[in-house]
Amino acid sequence: MSSVRDEGKDRIIFVTKEDHATPSSAELVEEDPDDPYEERGLILPSGEINWNCPCLGGMASGPCGTEFKDAFSCFHYSKEEVKGSECLEHFRAMQECIQRYPELYPQEDDKVQKEQSSETEPTSQDSASAETPGADSTSATEPDSDSMPPNTKGSGES
Amino acid sequence: MLKCRTVWKKLAPLARASSTLCRQNVRRTALNNGRTPAYVPVAHMSSGPAGGGRANQIYVLLVGAACVGGGVYTYRTVKGDGQRYQERIEEISSRPIKTQDSYIQTEPPAVEATETEAVPEPEPEAAPSSEEPSPPAADVEAVIPPETSEAPPETSEAPPETSEAPPETSEAPPAAEPVVEAPPDEAAEPPAAPVVEEAEPSAPCEPPPGELTEPPAAVEESEPSAAAAEPAEPAEPQPEAVAESGDSVAASLKVPSHAPYLLIGGGTASFAAARSIRARDPGAKVLIVTEEPDAPYMRPPLSKELWFSDDPSVTETLRFKQWNGKERSIFFQPPSFYITAEELSSAENGGVAILTNRKVVHMDVRGNKIKLDDDTEISYDKCLIATGGVPRNLQVIERAGEEVMQKTTLFRKIEDFKELDKVSRNVKSITIIGGGFLGSELACALGRRSSEFDLEVIQMYPEKGNMGKVLPEYLSNWTTEKVKSEGVKIISEALVKSVVSKDDKLEIQLKDGRLVKTDHIVAAVGLEPNVDLAKSAGLEVDSDFGGFRVNAELQARSNIWVAGDAACFYDIRLGRRRVEHHDHAVVSGRLAGENMTGANKPYWHQSMFWSDLGPDVGYEAIGIVDSSLPTVGVFAKATAKDTPRAATELSGTGIRSESETEDTATSPVASSTPAPSGSHKDEYGKGVIFYLRDKVVVGIILWNVFNRMPIARKIIKDGEEHSDLNEVAKLFNIHDD
Repeated sequence: MSSVRDEGKDRIIFVTKEDHATPSSAELVEEDPDDPYEERGLILPSGEINWNCPCLGGMASGPCGTEFKDAFSCFHYSKEEVKGSECLEHFRAMQECIQRYPELYPQEDDKVQKEQSSETEPTSQDSASAETPGADSTSATEPDSDSMPPNTKGSGES
Repeated sequence: MLKCRTVWKKLAPLARASSTLCRQNVRRTALNNGRTPAYVPVAHMSSGPAGGGRANQIYVLLVGAACVGGGVYTYRTVKGDGQRYQERIEEISSRPIKTQDSYIQTEPPAVEATETEAVPEPEPEAAPSSEEPSPPAADVEAVIPPETSEAPPETSEAPPETSEAPPETSEAPPAAEPVVEAPPDEAAEPPAAPVVEEAEPSAPCEPPPGELTEPPAAVEESEPSAAAAEPAEPAEPQPEAVAESGDSVAASLKVPSHAPYLLIGGGTASFAAARSIRARDPGAKVLIVTEEPDAPYMRPPLSKELWFSDDPSVTETLRFKQWNGKERSIFFQPPSFYITAEELSSAENGGVAILTNRKVVHMDVRGNKIKLDDDTEISYDKCLIATGGVPRNLQVIERAGEEVMQKTTLFRKIEDFKELDKVSRNVKSITIIGGGFLGSELACALGRRSSEFDLEVIQMYPEKGNMGKVLPEYLSNWTTEKVKSEGVKIISEALVKSVVSKDDKLEIQLKDGRLVKTDHIVAAVGLEPNVDLAKSAGLEVDSDFGGFRVNAELQARSNIWVAGDAACFYDIRLGRRRVEHHDHAVVSGRLAGENMTGANKPYWHQSMFWSDLGPDVGYEAIGIVDSSLPTVGVFAKATAKDTPRAATELSGTGIRSESETEDTATSPVASSTPAPSGSHKDEYGKGVIFYLRDKVVVGIILWNVFNRMPIARKIIKDGEEHSDLNEVAKLFNIHDD
């Protein structure tokens, strides 16, 4: 059973696993999906790409940011049967740019593929960051590593 | 009248003696509801008016003494402040002006390459584009060689050129305009243009500043206008500014005279803002001006991970292993991410440039420009102040003299880390003054080294336990025991009275009489937010929390935002506050960057913070976590598995690198009963602690419970009154891993 103790203004409760087995009766306020203040995931409610998403790491802000944005936008809005098939030129330009900065983008191929796969599953901010698409290991573009929480990946998205 | 005087003469010595007695008695009898001190009632009863007169005299004396004391204190403080200010100014002005090298953020070979390429190009390129600029271009060519450190005799060519140049100057500005329209088409021109401006001022003062800086000024101003981004850019201050910079030859060569986005300060908040701006404004040109010699880096590893690294060259590489096992540098981005300051204006797709070793000394809000310590002026469209802060020092140490100051570290920057690392290998005893986050983390880090290096680590602070201002008492006591087990000697409830240097050791005298002898002191007693610019900018400084006062959108004035440690902002949920944590710097920096690009969002996403004190104590926290608030802690009955390391291993995420020897430490510690922590037998292995203000949860600590921060954030955001916090605690599933 849980034990409760008060030390001055501080209350201490010890609980066993059984004590917490029943579902919580605490009520949380319902989330508004269109709340303008909230942090957004990769895709905004309007359908546009959120270039400031921590999940993109430094891709949209680095030296190859413009090329990346062009390529990714083209892919995102592509209506072709093979999505992005008309965007090869953009991706090539991006690839060229990336190759000029090997220090910043060490694993170019993985990254490009990850971008495409993360695009097809628009995820919430927290889960998108979990796979850190587009992040390089040695450079600091990993979103969670920027805010560096010890263990939480989700909350690192600040 | 006369009677009073005689009475006074009689009573004066007595009054004086009694006043000191009074003061001591008052303190002791303070709780006796103002009962007058023992001495006086006796007198009062025996002699009426004289006694009354005496009481009056004593009263007057006390008040007088208090006033005099107050006056003396105020005078001393003001004088001391004035002195410190003077010293600071002297220190700043005595700082040597750095040369070219400090500006070059990209690798030198890259810069050299651009320069050597540009040298042959301006000539052929310049010729076809227009006739006018070719003499200046030839000028440039002559001057470029000295820039690329070829023989000094080249500079003698510059003076003969100058005689040609003056007639050119008046034509150069208008001519340069059409010329520069052409450059964006030609790939070579942009590299030539920045090289021009960097080359010109380098010719040591021989060419009068006026005419040689005209072409670059013109080039500069038309470049951005060609880029068509900034309507507000004033043309006049530019030639002036550049002319001025031409004067101060050695230092300000590569400084652009205008930056659309100017970020003052090169820390975490600034970098987060730069990234945000670049993401939202395509082709944005961002200039970061920092006092430090380094590019933006993150601070938490300086007091945690870097100390636990196995790499002996860690002080050089500054690399550490993250929670997910991957290694990275403390720098947010390698140097190739940034462009050089002189490339900024001409960069087609914009970029982030950094000016290191520069201090902004003056801010002109009306004119939208700032002035650096070398008198260079830079105008801006949007400005962010992210100046962070300076570690506080104890007055007793500051007044203790040079010898003591030399053996004291105020820990904040990379150089402090390097210095402390070196010191810890060479001394026998280090004392850390301060029991908060930084002090405790450093104590644990050094404590771990204590056995390796035969180092005594002492931590002293005025509170009763580590993190005394953050954790409720029972938890603070428990934490203190953990810190002790890391090899740290704790001296709690310690107020430092004086520090002297004696026999090559430092002697710390505490107010209660204890004496501590040590070799080196680390003062971790807080951060003073840097609001130096408030005066010249006319910005409000908050009197309660310190820092620049900004609104919920982090805005101070129309084009000025403040983020990070220096920002005292309005948090819609939690009220006005100032937060000194890493994640807050990231969140606020990002928000400021968004608002600088037109987002108009308030501070909404609550930032979190974390700390690890050894292998057993790790927590994440969010919101207002102040130990003076009432708390409710819900803990799971502890098992051996409840440590940061164990928890994360199970969940598959790796924590920072820990040596195998930690393995043995965890189980006995977790399951044993900490006798000194008091009567309770339960271990505070893991749990959730709620901090309440008016029955609403305003802060939450997740104690050895990880990956639950989103739930905590939600509870704070809701701001609801919950009748049973145990029910709320259920949401965290603290028993699961």
